[in-house]
Amino acid sequence: MPKNSPSIDMTPMVDLAFLLVTFFMLISQFRAEEAAVVDMPSSVSDLKIPDKDLMMILVDKEDHIYFTITGQETRLKVLNKMGEKYKVVFNEEQQKEFSNMASFGIPMSQMKEYLSAGSTERKKMQEKSEGIPSDSTACELCDWVFYGRINAPTFRVAIKGDQQTSYPKIRRVMDVLQDKKVNRFNLITNMETGTAE
Amino acid sequence: MAEVNTGDDGGGKKKHGKQRAKKSSTRIDMTPMVDLGFLLLTFFILTTTFNKPQAMEINMPIKDDKLQEKDKNKVPANHTLNILLTDKNVVYWYFGVADPAKALPSLTKTNYSKDGIRKVLIDENNKRHNAFTQIETWKKEASEGKMEEVEMKEKIKVFRETNKMSSLIVLLKPDKESNYKNIVDALDEMAICNIGSYALLESNDLENQMIANANTY
Repeated sequence: MPKNSPSIDMTPMVDLAFLLVTFFMLISQFRAEEAAVVDMPSSVSDLKIPDKDLMMILVDKEDHIYFTITGQETRLKVLNKMGEKYKVVFNEEQQKEFSNMASFGIPMSQMKEYLSAGSTERKKMQEKSEGIPSDSTACELCDWVFYGRINAPTFRVAIKGDQQTSYPKIRRVMDVLQDKKVNRFNLITNMETGTAE
Repeated sequence: MAEVNTGDDGGGKKKHGKQRAKKSSTRIDMTPMVDLGFLLLTFFILTTTFNKPQAMEINMPIKDDKLQEKDKNKVPANHTLNILLTDKNVVYWYFGVADPAKALPSLTKTNYSKDGIRKVLIDENNKRHNAFTQIETWKKEASEGKMEEVEMKEKIKVFRETNKMSSLIVLLKPDKESNYKNIVDALDEMAICNIGSYALLESNDLENQMIANANTY
């Protein structure tokens, strides 16, 4: 009785596996981790949101506001303008850190500390923070939008809200945008059928 | 030249060289590579997100504090449907204007389901120039390729412009208890029901009072 070899030819399987690896490597794009977890509502709208040229305001379910704008150069310009206004000077490392960062929800008073901190430290700070202040007395969000608008007038403006975000907060963000003459903006949603990501 | 075994004089002929000359298998153990391959595969599958987020566009009116009362757009009351959004996914609607001097309009309670507010919107929209069905027909023709997309949009635009003063106007008024999902749902209904003109406003004190009254029943 011939002894059957217990090993089978794995080559086709390996071929396929690496093909898939290559495929997923090429189509996946890495983006820096968002500062907030946002569960978006769904809609039937089929407008796609661009990756580039976008200014985005996130509002999470605790009504904390986060801000982000695309493009490293734009980010740098906006940060420096904000630094000038709030009398905060950033060193080169902090500037570099900022230009590579995703969204942030930190008031300007803590920005310097936040940029120098490590990633775990940052998460802690973000959790403690109340987001970007948007009250009419100290409206840092207004300034972010304003300088974002000046440095990148063609950028699309989008609001990304959580399903549970309260209406008054969203209204406040919309009011800020309207004050800054942004009358056309997008609400980011999920596709109607694919509710879960 | 004992150190260098050129293989010519070695080989299978010599008995003591047998071990070295034994034909080694050309197969190598691929298991670690396969392990790594599948590990990467799993990683990329899990980290990839396919569905890109969608966006809905809204245009807000220009904020102008200097706007005179007489310059403001007056909305015909009999075509105005007010939709009040409140908590627990409840929607109230009424027609016309809530005037404290007159009897308050009665609120109708409904929800965001297909038979809820959508039915009301489609019915009311159809009462005025059959607007919903008409636009839906054009949209269908365009999606079937019988009509160009541009032509369809132009037709809808002309249709809305000619019936401007007598078509349905929806005022969305979320109150303090409502959340972002409610607003998106409501705006979505506008798109589904082919409502041409709608506005996102804030509920006033009177309407809040009406909601409170309705909730107590």
